[in-house]
Amino acid sequence: MSRTVRNLIIAVVVLGVLFALDYVFAANLISPYYVRIIMMSGIAITLAVSLNLINGFTGQFSIGHAGFMAVGAYSSAYFSVEYGAALAESIGGTPGWFVSLGLATLVGALVAALAGLVVGVPSLRLKGDYLAIVTLGFGQIIVVLINNIDTIGGARGYSGIPIVKSAFWIFLVAVVTIAVVYNIVHSAFGRALISIREDELAAEAMGVNTTRYKVLAFVISSAMAGAGGVLLAHFDGYLNPKSFEFIRSFEILIMIILGGLGSIVGSILGAIVLTVLPEALRGFAEYRMVIYSLLLIILMITRPQGLLGNTDPFKGWRARRRNKTRTEAEEITAEDTRDINEGVDKATLGERQRDTSLGKGDASK
Amino acid sequence: MTTPQDSTRQNTSPPPPGAAGGNSGCILKTERCTIRFGGLLAVNSLDMAVQPGEIYGLIGPNGAGKTTIFNLLTGVYEPTDGEIYFQGTRIDGKRPYEIAALGVSRTFQNIRLFPSMTVLDNVMTACHIHTRQTLADAVLRTPRFADDEREHREFCLELLEIFDLARFRDEGGTSLPYGNQRRLEIVRALATRPRLLLLDEPAAGMNPSEQDDLLKLIRQIRDRFGLTILLVEHNMKVVMGVCERIQVVDYGKSIALGLPEEIRNDPKVIEAYLGD
Repeated sequence: MSRTVRNLIIAVVVLGVLFALDYVFAANLISPYYVRIIMMSGIAITLAVSLNLINGFTGQFSIGHAGFMAVGAYSSAYFSVEYGAALAESIGGTPGWFVSLGLATLVGALVAALAGLVVGVPSLRLKGDYLAIVTLGFGQIIVVLINNIDTIGGARGYSGIPIVKSAFWIFLVAVVTIAVVYNIVHSAFGRALISIREDELAAEAMGVNTTRYKVLAFVISSAMAGAGGVLLAHFDGYLNPKSFEFIRSFEILIMIILGGLGSIVGSILGAIVLTVLPEALRGFAEYRMVIYSLLLIILMITRPQGLLGNTDPFKGWRARRRNKTRTEAEEITAEDTRDINEGVDKATLGERQRDTSLGKGDASK
Repeated sequence: MTTPQDSTRQNTSPPPPGAAGGNSGCILKTERCTIRFGGLLAVNSLDMAVQPGEIYGLIGPNGAGKTTIFNLLTGVYEPTDGEIYFQGTRIDGKRPYEIAALGVSRTFQNIRLFPSMTVLDNVMTACHIHTRQTLADAVLRTPRFADDEREHREFCLELLEIFDLARFRDEGGTSLPYGNQRRLEIVRALATRPRLLLLDEPAAGMNPSEQDDLLKLIRQIRDRFGLTILLVEHNMKVVMGVCERIQVVDYGKSIALGLPEEIRNDPKVIEAYLGD
């Protein structure tokens, strides 16, 4: 019961902080330029953490994250233009936009999940690099498709999407993504995913349906990328197919590699650094990309596992909490082992005699 | 509070002798099992019948097809011809995880632990078949999730305790000494709560004193968990010391089957091992 209460308190606190954030940003206390960077970091966090689930934890190399983002962005934008705007109007005011953006997020995530399923099922049945090739292709196909669909603007870009610059939604999606990925990773499901990364053959021999888990992780990851795309679509009110090209997928990939594959905190850090860094380097104008590349090269040489690769900042805390609950269990097992040890001692006495006779037999042979 | 033994029994209560499946009491049976890799006949029409509760040895010179047989039995390969039955259920063509769920578990010739996982997580991963938590339980951290995790953690800690590995529970699985890694792999295999345990060269790379421990361990496992053990081994001391029945394969064909004493004196076996 206390668990539920604690979780509820956490949820309330998080929602409160998000509302406060929304209010502060809306009140124009901070320069809109910084607000924009902060919100962009929030979207980047969602994308990076979700990609880490499939690339970092499951060990399947996906390089088409921008494709799923595009699917989420365009499907939700279409929804908002056709239905969402009217719905928001009928409810009216800020609550109206809250509801319509919430629904749009749901639509974007679901359509992206569906795309993930279509891409994942055939390619994840195989072991190896097929996923990388298929997702790379998927990313290209999506951009070409969008360029040729006139209802959503084609190559001109999709404009007229209702603008909802909501820090609340952006960070809510980010927080939910982090929480979901964290909870998945620290569960039986997560152990199955990590075991696939570590040794697929052994995982299967231990009863893990590897295809099913790979596809599930991929679909969840795609849905989250779709949600990230939704927020992007409603941020500027304009979508350009160019912004979902391969380079975008690559950017997200760099975020998680920089932060450390298989580290949630690392992904968050990577997302923030790679969103802020290009802006911070704006003053160096033409040298910007040079400095950016150099920093990446230096990082890869000095810390190839990424900033926080193979580390878990919460490990100590979790171990302590576990030890607390373990003490009772230990008292019982201590008794059990004593019995067992006695049993084994008796058994081995008998066996030793047999062993020696067999040893002689071996020697005589 | 159940001991691992109890829960093993609960999940996989050994059937009364002679009642397992329709295959005359065999827990594992292959019929004319054959696999061909291109022009190579790796396993040729192999017949095998393992009785419940016995320690069955599978031996043969290098390249005789022993590990291939293991891979056939665990679903890594599908036989080109012939049939495999486990407790009367036909298992050839099934995927490895399905076979694992039926109660067949294995270790590997070259240890395949999950390197970046802790000792405890390695074992807990193998509880996968018995997990009751759904994805939603995990995401929402429901009471069912908490109960399920605690149950498996306790079960695995007890298993580790039996094998004297519990004190390493938070260490990396592959940072243990070699002998302990082998033991950990056996513990992991046991955590699936199997009825049939396949050990692929468990004594490989062990020194004589570790081998002695292993002999004890294998018998202890069989008696304590009521298992059937099928063992592939090179080391004659281990095979002769622990197996109750031995089958010898050479060039993928069964050449002898019998008690250790009979095998030791079988001229065909001696010929296969020492050449003519």
